Amino acid sequence: MSEKRLYTKEHEWVVVKGSIARIGVSDYAQNELGDIVFVELPSVGDVVEEGEGFAVLESVKAVSDVYAPVSGRVVAVNEALEDSPELINESPLDEGWIAEIEIDDTAQVGDLMSEQEYMEYLKGV
Amino acid sequence: MTVRANIPLIFERSTPGRRGYRLPELDVPETPISELIPEEYLRSEAPALPEVSELEVVRHYTQLSRLNHGVDVGFYPLGSCTMKYNPWVHEDLVSLPGLSAIHPYQPEETVQGALELIYNLSEHLAAIAGLSKASLQPAAGAHGELTGLMVIKAYHNFRGEGHRREMIVPDSAHGTNPASCAMVGYKVVEVPSDSRGGVDVEALRKLVGPNTAGLMLTNPNTLGLFDENICQIAKIVHDAGGLLYYDGANANAIMGIVRPGDTGFDVVHFNLHKTFSTPHGGGGPGAGPIVVSEALAPFLPGPVVAKDGDKFRLVMPEHSIGRVRSFFGNFLVYAKAYAYILSHGPQGLREVSEAAVLNANYVMNKLKDIFELPYDRICMHEFVLSGACLKEYGVRTLDLAKRLSDYGFHAPTVYFPLIVEEAIMIEPTETEPKSTLDEFIEVMRQIAEEAKENPEMLTSAPHNAPVKRLDEARAARHPVLRWARQ
Repeated sequence: MSEKRLYTKEHEWVVVKGSIARIGVSDYAQNELGDIVFVELPSVGDVVEEGEGFAVLESVKAVSDVYAPVSGRVVAVNEALEDSPELINESPLDEGWIAEIEIDDTAQVGDLMSEQEYMEYLKGV
Repeated sequence: MTVRANIPLIFERSTPGRRGYRLPELDVPETPISELIPEEYLRSEAPALPEVSELEVVRHYTQLSRLNHGVDVGFYPLGSCTMKYNPWVHEDLVSLPGLSAIHPYQPEETVQGALELIYNLSEHLAAIAGLSKASLQPAAGAHGELTGLMVIKAYHNFRGEGHRREMIVPDSAHGTNPASCAMVGYKVVEVPSDSRGGVDVEALRKLVGPNTAGLMLTNPNTLGLFDENICQIAKIVHDAGGLLYYDGANANAIMGIVRPGDTGFDVVHFNLHKTFSTPHGGGGPGAGPIVVSEALAPFLPGPVVAKDGDKFRLVMPEHSIGRVRSFFGNFLVYAKAYAYILSHGPQGLREVSEAAVLNANYVMNKLKDIFELPYDRICMHEFVLSGACLKEYGVRTLDLAKRLSDYGFHAPTVYFPLIVEEAIMIEPTETEPKSTLDEFIEVMRQIAEEAKENPEMLTSAPHNAPVKRLDEARAARHPVLRWARQ
């Protein structure tokens, strides 16, 4: 069972435990977005496709989709973000998690970047 | 001049018993209000209106107005929005009783002049767009978008092609474009930009198909760049059975130079409050007429004005989508736009666009070595710089925008379009003289220097404005939207 953090090119992170993927956005992403003022969470039970927008982050600068890094069914959402969207800025990798998805196919996560690969990727952004 | 930011609310200025006017005693028998209005509609307590004198009201709102920065006060380089100066003569014109003292319920034969004005304005807008027929009904730009898409949808449905429900929108589009698509139930398909900032033609080719309803495009786009491939783009969309929608938000760049209809567009909306100098901001009222091709004319919203000999009358187009606005829209706004078009004439309108483009290119070329210009080519009425070069000093575009107000300039549009990092979108408009543009360029140069030598000056800006840096995040997270009586 791996618990390492994986990243997408769209700056989401994923931590997989068993068949459950916890998803959030990277520190780079929250810094680029600026102060988050509203989070539109998915509903538990929603079926999401990899690459599809499944949550929305509204900052003082812009409104951005959060893309699902994996396909599956939403099994939990971070309801604390409804009242405290700033958790994404303050703690993007921990308290600012967005949702948990039960993955259809665990092989999918192989396409994501490791933390080190993501750091390399950021240098070219 | 000292300007106080902590002006109390008008309610907080209230003194019990104070009045602006005292009316004379009633000299006819009084009928109790309960006999005139059914009891269930009567309020049980008096409304909580502020009790103030006329002088207090005048001072209150004059003080508030002095906290504001408008185009009457100084330069307002708000890209993609064309906040240009509106001539005062328009106000004289619309106060003429023949325009201001008529009523939409009047019989047609008593308002022939007003109908003629609507008819002529429609014809002029059609001529500027290079298309066939106009409807002035939509009350704003986004309303025009929605109406135009409803016309496109009605056209496809009429032809038995109601399955066409995909609208292609570039990644540089105004946010209203995908929103309008969603409002009519269309699926938004995003087409990326190419390295020159235009539509990626090869990507577009792969996106069109039997479900394509059309393409929405702003040309020049939000980068201020004219898409030279427009005729090829139009052919790709038309060959797939789709239609082309022209978002006229940036039409200030093209009047008398390019007609959207000639480059393949089927529907155009104009923002009269942007291009044709009618009130903008603060609620307008706006007007977003649409102009369409011959094939789409039967679907226009109505009523529209038709001409029979020398008489004008209101008619509904044959397959009209119906009304999209009560009565005939914002009539006095039409009168202002009509005056603007007539007073300039065809050559004058062309010169408006030429001056707007020249001003933008002048400022762009003076600033492109100080900031970054991601798409470095001749621009149209606006251009987009990147403030990413300031990041190494801990300064962002937002800080630059705040610092500009210390120098008496309104900030440009920032962080839009989304495809440019730390975007700074500047549109000078045709009405600014070179001396103002030079002052603005010099201030931008100074601020770039400050960012290197004294970044704190920017990150804590504004320093001279009526209010210091506002906590935008807190305002958005915990908005206080109404005043509550203690």
